[in-house]
Amino acid sequence: MGHTMAEKILAKASGKKYLSPGDLVNARIDMALGNDITAPVAIQEFNKIGVDAVFDRERIALIPDHFTPNKDIQTAQQVKIMREFARHFNIEHYYEVGRMGIEHALLPELGLVLPGEVVIGADSHTCTYGALGAFATGVGSTDLAAVMATGELWFKVPPTIRIVFEGVKPPEITGKDLVLYTIGQLGVDGARYCALEFTGPVIRHLDMDGRFTVSNMAIEAGGKVGLIAPDQVTMEYLQGRNKRPFNPVESDEDAPVQQEYRWDVSNLEPQVAAPFSPANVKPVSQLAGTPIDQVVIGSCTNGRMEDLRQAAALLQGKRVHPRVRLIVIPATQAIYLQAMREGLLEIFVEAQGAVSTPTCGPCLGGHMGILAEGEVSLATTNRNFVGRMGHPKSGVYLSSPAVAAASAVAGEIVHPGKVGEVK
Amino acid sequence: MSIIRGKVWTFGDDIDTDAIIPARYLTTTDMAELAVHLMEDADPSFPQKVSPGDLIVAGKNFGCGSSREHAPLALKGAGISCVIAENFARIFYRNAINIGLPILESAEAAAALQEGEVVEVDLQNGVIQDSSGRKYTAVPFPPFMQEIMARGGLINYVREKVKQGE
Repeated sequence: MGHTMAEKILAKASGKKYLSPGDLVNARIDMALGNDITAPVAIQEFNKIGVDAVFDRERIALIPDHFTPNKDIQTAQQVKIMREFARHFNIEHYYEVGRMGIEHALLPELGLVLPGEVVIGADSHTCTYGALGAFATGVGSTDLAAVMATGELWFKVPPTIRIVFEGVKPPEITGKDLVLYTIGQLGVDGARYCALEFTGPVIRHLDMDGRFTVSNMAIEAGGKVGLIAPDQVTMEYLQGRNKRPFNPVESDEDAPVQQEYRWDVSNLEPQVAAPFSPANVKPVSQLAGTPIDQVVIGSCTNGRMEDLRQAAALLQGKRVHPRVRLIVIPATQAIYLQAMREGLLEIFVEAQGAVSTPTCGPCLGGHMGILAEGEVSLATTNRNFVGRMGHPKSGVYLSSPAVAAASAVAGEIVHPGKVGEVK
Repeated sequence: MSIIRGKVWTFGDDIDTDAIIPARYLTTTDMAELAVHLMEDADPSFPQKVSPGDLIVAGKNFGCGSSREHAPLALKGAGISCVIAENFARIFYRNAINIGLPILESAEAAAALQEGEVVEVDLQNGVIQDSSGRKYTAVPFPPFMQEIMARGGLINYVREKVKQGE
């Protein structure tokens, strides 16, 4: 009987021949990540262990991205803790403002997370790298501390839920719509403790940026990882980018899975998650006409090149509705520069949108676009819990960049086809 | 581990970590400072009402969402003696074990326990007793996790392992 990607990657990293769901293993970690919220706690705990070196200064990434550029004195102090730790231990991958990006866009871009690897991050959206076929999962700060000291961590081998997207994807359907639909079907705990594996012809035809979006939100269904088997698209993305050699892994065809869903997306409408749950998902037509005060295009979910291109295509030659504030946040400095060269930033500014330096900022209600009482935002981010983007009595709708850009022009939630052509 | 006795506060399903501690307060790592804002978006008066030793009882998927360890830290900082839920989101479950915040999974207890009642919890054996004397048995932890808990958390466990390796 065959084995799943999740089982095979963990088996290799823990020196076992085979593993089955439920087994507890100690696995070697290929890359460990922390940010300005989680690393300070991890550093505090690391210092209690009593080691005088980190396990590998080239396999730790510390990225201040949540409250940066520092929004106040307290957050400046938090980043200072990270910076001093990074300097003290000569951490190779510490990225300061001006060189940084949102962690889950930056690490793949730099070729630091690779197929077949085990990656942990003290951030729940670490599952993003599943799009490259890495067993990448979010953990807490204490877990990160233990890994920084020992290079190992305990895992329970998860059962796999396989999601097969079939049919022919309409042009306005993006990775975001696929994953929102998945979360809507499974619920916020439908994949609790499980590995999600996305496959089928629609995934095979999806570009890397779209795949990152799909894997990114596996956690919103409770998933431990959101895996996509490496293929030609993956290899082209990694060409000249990977910092280490790697061994791609895929599931055996006869690998037993806990559950399989097959969905034909040929007639799928763009999907929107309404407050206050990412599983409260509806087709855009059911929410059309909902007035909005702010639109945010960015985040680790949807701040990549293809996202910005889709948004710009709809905003070109148009103006953001007078009632709406549009905030666009390219996810990394490289994306920012590329968007500038392609003329996308000009389109956003001429449309009267605000373009920000890379930051997680508004997604978690940190800074750079906080909502007041009663305000509503449509965002390409990943969570819409109570108070997520600001006041506890504000609300967030989640959508693709295409729906977000079109709605910014309309001043209300709208199908992107009503505003322009989706490419 | 000893017997816990405390008053119950009940919450529903899918309590996310933004509800436990909103991101706007994640500018500190101090659990006493975090505790001042515990559950405030779900119930603004909660930080004033809760007393050290109290328990939280919730439905399914407690602690979903962000990986922020500040969530179990805020619970610990407020003196919450134990969280009982039908089940926990994966990262919160790890974090609670790692930092030594007692948690128990029991669908029966989660459904039956009422707000304000005083319950007794035998953590060692995973037995919860309600105010009428009825007992509920929690899902047992695997031996490896019991080992971490017995040492008071992951850091102590790793410190001992590192020492042995020297």
